[in-house]
Amino acid sequence: MGMVIYYSLHDSFFGGNYIWVGLDWFKQLFSSSEFILSLTRSFLFSFFALLIQIPMGVLIAKKIPKSGLLANSIIILIVIPLLIPKIVIGHIWSFLTIPQIGLIDFFANLITLPLDLNTNIIQVWFIILLMDTWHWTSLVVLLCYAGLKAIPSQYYQAANIDGASPLSIFTKIELPKLKKVLLIAILLRFMDSFIIYTETYVLTRGGPYLSTTFLSHDLVQTATIQFDLGEGGAMAVVYSMIVILTSFVFYKVISIKE
Amino acid sequence: MNSDKNKFPLTPIVYTFLILIPIYWMTTISFKTNKELGSGISLFPKEPTLANYSIIINDSAWYLGYLNAAFYVLINVALCLTIALPAAYAFSRYRFYGKEFLFFSFLTFRMMAPAIMLVPMVEIFSYLGLIDNYLSVALAHCYFNLPIAIWILEGFISGIPKDMDNQAKVDGYSYFQYFRKILIPQIAPGIGVTAFFCFLFSWTEVLLANALTVIDAKPINAIMTRVASVFVSNITILSAAGVLTIIPGLFFVIFIRRYIVKGFSLGRID
Repeated sequence: MGMVIYYSLHDSFFGGNYIWVGLDWFKQLFSSSEFILSLTRSFLFSFFALLIQIPMGVLIAKKIPKSGLLANSIIILIVIPLLIPKIVIGHIWSFLTIPQIGLIDFFANLITLPLDLNTNIIQVWFIILLMDTWHWTSLVVLLCYAGLKAIPSQYYQAANIDGASPLSIFTKIELPKLKKVLLIAILLRFMDSFIIYTETYVLTRGGPYLSTTFLSHDLVQTATIQFDLGEGGAMAVVYSMIVILTSFVFYKVISIKE
Repeated sequence: MNSDKNKFPLTPIVYTFLILIPIYWMTTISFKTNKELGSGISLFPKEPTLANYSIIINDSAWYLGYLNAAFYVLINVALCLTIALPAAYAFSRYRFYGKEFLFFSFLTFRMMAPAIMLVPMVEIFSYLGLIDNYLSVALAHCYFNLPIAIWILEGFISGIPKDMDNQAKVDGYSYFQYFRKILIPQIAPGIGVTAFFCFLFSWTEVLLANALTVIDAKPINAIMTRVASVFVSNITILSAAGVLTIIPGLFFVIFIRRYIVKGFSLGRID
């Protein structure tokens, strides 16, 4: 029963759009600067998110002890952001940045660089990247930690005997073993940052000057507020194509047998 | 890694500390009064008050939000587990035509943005007359959760030797008995993790939950959206509501901490 609903949803969506729309919407879509810009913003956001979070995650995972009470407590505590409803994430960060109330606002004033999220695009991007990093780096940490834990200690002993430097231990032993885990982390992070909606919407409403209007915002806006189902549908299809392509890469990566 | 066994893990501790700051900030705001909040920055509430929490507990508009969310999350978890368990078993044990493709296409559902599905889902559920019903949100979330559930459970079931199936067959167990008496107890952690991840998505998702409900079944997340957009001054209550949304997940995660990574990687890492 669930399966039927499942597929009916999917088919009615794609089928419906192909029948009603034709290619005109797509032509209009790709000539619309609004769409191209929000697509670019989405890619840019994902790119920065990955650039920051992946190295940071690996670094932190390397430093967490392999076992013990401390390690367990760290793991449980860093998981917390992953458990918070997305809307609450947005609110938490607006509490941190509201003038006179927010901690970040307070420190920004302290270093005489007042926060101005209503007009300053660079600051807004900094904050949303900080928010995403805060929210999701723990996922990378967890995955890498699991990957590192799976490396037998004999490898390290052998490396010690050979007098290998920490750098060569990392590049020769850890990195190859982490390859699969890292690829999973990269792809999951790419997808989740690419489809970000609620958190940034609560925090910035897509502004200032549309600078944080990502593809998902543009889509929801077009489809539900302007009731432009045709253009919204075409956007959804382009969006889905990117998602499906990425999933395909993801699947190929995970099905590689070690 | 062996060499730094005795070293103090400074980086992770600093990181953990940084992770906790925003949560601490929200928690401390939730114990403040609006007046104190307006009077400037302070790390601790000067006169800690439970007033914000008591507003939530006593106002049905608020606490019903939690109950509504809890309802559809529970329906969703139950649905996902009942459907995903046999499905995951089939994926793990049988070879059939199109298996690879099907398994892959499930993944795309996991990756799909709720924003993409918003319009078709609202249309379908209003056609079915299920708008503002727990069932509609639970079913909509199944779209995203079922694939996750199948992927995670498949990972766990594949960890159980196939010999056990054959042994059970020899011993005269029916499929149902085999599931109930042998398989389910064996993969209990897997079921816990799967339930957790279904819970997690359903509990944290707001776009669909909001669009598919009107009044009766509005979940807490949607109520927070409304409150935030109407009353700008209600930061303290919003914080208290936010703190309350974190607690169930936190309890859950303590139980399944050993298996949580396997869940986040969709059952692909041991």
